[in-house]
Amino acid sequence: MTHLNRRHFIAAGAALAAMPAMPALALTGQQAANLVHNLVNEINTVIASGKSEASMYREFERLFKKYGDTPLIAANVLGVAGRSASNAQRKAFTEAFTGYIARKYGKRFREFQGGRIEVQSVHAISRGYEVRCVAHMSGSKTLETAFRVSDSNRFYNLFVEGADMLLSEKEEIGAMLDARRGNIDQLIADLRRAG
Amino acid sequence: MSLLCHMAGDSGILRWEGAEMKLPTLLRKARGFPKGFEEDWGLMVNVRPVVVLTVVLGIAGCSVPGPEGAPGGIHDPYETQNRKVHDFNKKVDKTFFSGDGPGYAETVPPFVQDRVSSFADTVSLPQTVVNQLLQGRLLRATSNTMRFTLNATIGVGGLFDVANKWGLKPDETDFGETLAVWGVPEGAYLEVPLLGPSTERDAAGDVVDLFTDPLKYVVPTPDRYIGTVAKAIDKFGERSQFSGTVDSVLYDSADSYTQLRLIYLQQRRYELGEEAPGADFDPFAVDTEGF
Repeated sequence: MTHLNRRHFIAAGAALAAMPAMPALALTGQQAANLVHNLVNEINTVIASGKSEASMYREFERLFKKYGDTPLIAANVLGVAGRSASNAQRKAFTEAFTGYIARKYGKRFREFQGGRIEVQSVHAISRGYEVRCVAHMSGSKTLETAFRVSDSNRFYNLFVEGADMLLSEKEEIGAMLDARRGNIDQLIADLRRAG
Repeated sequence: MSLLCHMAGDSGILRWEGAEMKLPTLLRKARGFPKGFEEDWGLMVNVRPVVVLTVVLGIAGCSVPGPEGAPGGIHDPYETQNRKVHDFNKKVDKTFFSGDGPGYAETVPPFVQDRVSSFADTVSLPQTVVNQLLQGRLLRATSNTMRFTLNATIGVGGLFDVANKWGLKPDETDFGETLAVWGVPEGAYLEVPLLGPSTERDAAGDVVDLFTDPLKYVVPTPDRYIGTVAKAIDKFGERSQFSGTVDSVLYDSADSYTQLRLIYLQQRRYELGEEAPGADFDPFAVDTEGF
């Protein structure tokens, strides 16, 4: 269950209204919060479904494509190496990377079983919103998490207690590419199995 | 830095803006300790911090990046040595935490795990308060004093975190943060044997924290180790609870050293309210054509 704390949200909204020179955004803070709310609910539904691991990963991949700005994320993690890649390689990389993330993070979701994510506040950032949440783990432990949502109303980054997942994956893909002497095709082939 | 030097001053006695340490006398009277206790405490207060601060000044003459700054906000001049320690730490981790059998998180009932966590947190609170006082954070020190009082009494000796239920959230700190508040630079990234990722500043803080726990000075020897054991078990439990995530970073990464370094520095700077590595990274600068 997620709740948007109205008081926080109104405060964020008031702060926004107080900035007359702000360029019009296609996205509102409420929409960004709803996106995170729906994503979390859908993930919880998949976890509770009790399906096989393989079909859960397929479901997570579908959710990642639906809620995540996968082209933006893929282009960022491939970084400089992406500039010399052909369009076919770029497309294949996005596809392979999406599956890899679904499997890698899908495994992690099991540790959050019995937990819940609560939306705390929404903050305007340079290109969209940051939706700050608290993940209540089993026991009394909590994790501060934040989703960054772009004006395309898809999330492109996730922070867990300050750790930037986009940057972390960019470094990981960079290291994988180094280990393959910059061979993007080999990287794509291996990513299809990794995670 | 100037404050540190001031504290270690020529007299060799710890003075805080000229204030005398009245706490030992109060404690002795409140707890009915024999008279000699005051002198023992006094000796500890006078001598130990000086020794420790000398160590800190040695270590926390922290290495700082050159004028062009550290690449990606990460200053790691000891990478070669750090990587060796990293490999060693991974071997140790493997010895203790690998294997397919059920771990602590699965075998120990959640109720018991929570009691261990609460107790470990409660016994760490006096040290937290000391550090928050040194940081000049009086409100947070007060809040943690209340946490300690409530949990130690109504919370049955710290077994239940009743303060949290009443809105006094857990709030941890250490001498590494105190140094940060005092303006000591982070220094180089370090991977410490057995303890894992750290920085020069945090490692110096860890050394000082061996001496900043007031409970160590008031609780008699065998009993005071209960807190240390509880903290160790709680750490062990966290390793087990997040085993998948830790395993993924340590054993499934293409370069586990750089992954751990990035995650540690980001989370630590987030805690301390400092600028994260890669804060200038703009995800919208990239061309998404074809992706």
